[in-house]
Amino acid sequence: MFLSRTDRQLAALLQGCALLAATIVLLILLFLIKESWPVLQHVALTRFVIDASWHPVQGLYQLTPMLSATLYSTLGAVVLATPLGIASALFSRYFAPPFIAGCYRRLIELLAGIPSVVYGFWGLITLAPLIGRLHPPGVSLLTGILVLTLMILPTVALTADAALAAVPLAYVRGAAALGLSRWGLISGVALPAARSGIIAGTLLAAGRAIGETMAVLMVVGNVVQQPQSLLDSVRTLTANIALEMAYATGVHRAALFVSGLALMVMVLVLVSTAELLSRKRHYG
Amino acid sequence: MVKNALTTLLIWLTAILVSGVFVWLLADIIIHGLPKLSWSFLVETPKNAGRSGGIGPIIVSTLLILGVAMVTAIPLSLATAVLLSEFTRHDSVFGRLVRRSLDVLAGVPSIVFGLFGNAVFCIYLGLGFSILSGGLTLACMVLPLLIRTAEEGLQAAPNEYRLASAALGMSRSATLVHLLLPAATPALVAGLMLGVGRAIAETAALIFTSGYVDRMPDSLFDSGRALSVHIYDLSMNVAGGDASAYSSALVLILLLLMINSIALSLANQWLHRSVVTA
Repeated sequence: MFLSRTDRQLAALLQGCALLAATIVLLILLFLIKESWPVLQHVALTRFVIDASWHPVQGLYQLTPMLSATLYSTLGAVVLATPLGIASALFSRYFAPPFIAGCYRRLIELLAGIPSVVYGFWGLITLAPLIGRLHPPGVSLLTGILVLTLMILPTVALTADAALAAVPLAYVRGAAALGLSRWGLISGVALPAARSGIIAGTLLAAGRAIGETMAVLMVVGNVVQQPQSLLDSVRTLTANIALEMAYATGVHRAALFVSGLALMVMVLVLVSTAELLSRKRHYG
Repeated sequence: MVKNALTTLLIWLTAILVSGVFVWLLADIIIHGLPKLSWSFLVETPKNAGRSGGIGPIIVSTLLILGVAMVTAIPLSLATAVLLSEFTRHDSVFGRLVRRSLDVLAGVPSIVFGLFGNAVFCIYLGLGFSILSGGLTLACMVLPLLIRTAEEGLQAAPNEYRLASAALGMSRSATLVHLLLPAATPALVAGLMLGVGRAIAETAALIFTSGYVDRMPDSLFDSGRALSVHIYDLSMNVAGGDASAYSSALVLILLLLMINSIALSLANQWLHRSVVTA
């Protein structure tokens, strides 16, 4: 590659910038570890599971109620959003007339752009009282799952749509030539061909659900307890950080950074798996 | 045959359900938000913890935070995108490492950005709860998105441009400035607007970086409350703040829609012009 002197200077400058951009993620990890070090150094990781309760100031660090709230809400949202999202993608790709399909896709994109705090606010004001009629207080695991479902549905729908669009036209034509019905075409050809892309999208959506803070914080009630039913109030890991960071100091603050570190690790595992899956698609 | 009809029905029902919930959400916010929305609501200062008065200082803070974020993120992301697409081979180790770390950065939850921003900008660099801290945190957050869209835009520029300018003996920098960047402008603007949209919607990363103070900020070192934080505070911590929260949510959604349509129309215009002059 031939480069003039200006080019070489520019390239050096650009490399500096790129290096800075690439190190941010390392800086994040570094600072999370640095800030949680006071706790990591003295407290065994098992204490986060076996301690009696979450009172970090008194040296009790049990995170399991928050962990299970995060897991249940994410799982619930993924279970609900996956079929709805895939159905949405199928609708705009195979069922709706072109005009309606275009409008529907635009609507899903708008849905993806609505701020999480607006979802949370709507869930708190509209959804929670409805569920409260079923079983007070209404701010509960179920409300959180429903709001999260709405929030991650666009991610599932848009990635599934892209995966379906990437199914080779020859497959679709071949299926049509064999006289398959529309559903036969979808269940026998399109969905299997798009499978890894759809799974990757679902994993990304799960990552988004785990990391979501505001919407969940506003609708789940924030009581630190192991949920016994869907209608119990719970507190997720993210909500715990958002609520307690304001006044936390010392080991308490360090313990919150530990939960931030845990969050980051969970999300990274999901995102990397998703990436691996979508990379495989190019060879398959 | 029955199966076919049944699934068709189910999928149409899903689409109607999703659209219905969306309309419900939007209608709810418009109906409850519109009565309070007026010019004075947009410019007045909040009174009585936000129950009455307006959101003037909050809009100013939001725009300042956004400004800081974009002024920091745009040059950095543009430089990185240019390097990745024009100055490194696609399979180089450095390029792969940068892309990989940016993919990871894109997956980091916003509350973790909040923790990071608080530890680094507020405490380590001593900026305290300030518009500057919040803006810099958001800059880190939107960086992967901006780089990805800018890189895609540059790569979409026709390869003939690069070959022709190399044949004319133009330097790579000149090619970049005179041909590639203008050709990629629609994509750059569209990516920018996506970034702005993501930044303006953010709450969790701002609570511990730019803070809660709802006064008019005097400088970038003052704490300032973003619109999304205002909605959160009104609905969670202020009894009787719902009416103001509805109107603020409506303003936030209108802002987002405005940014979206500006991006679309700008991109269209540029696309049109470049086709006409080509």
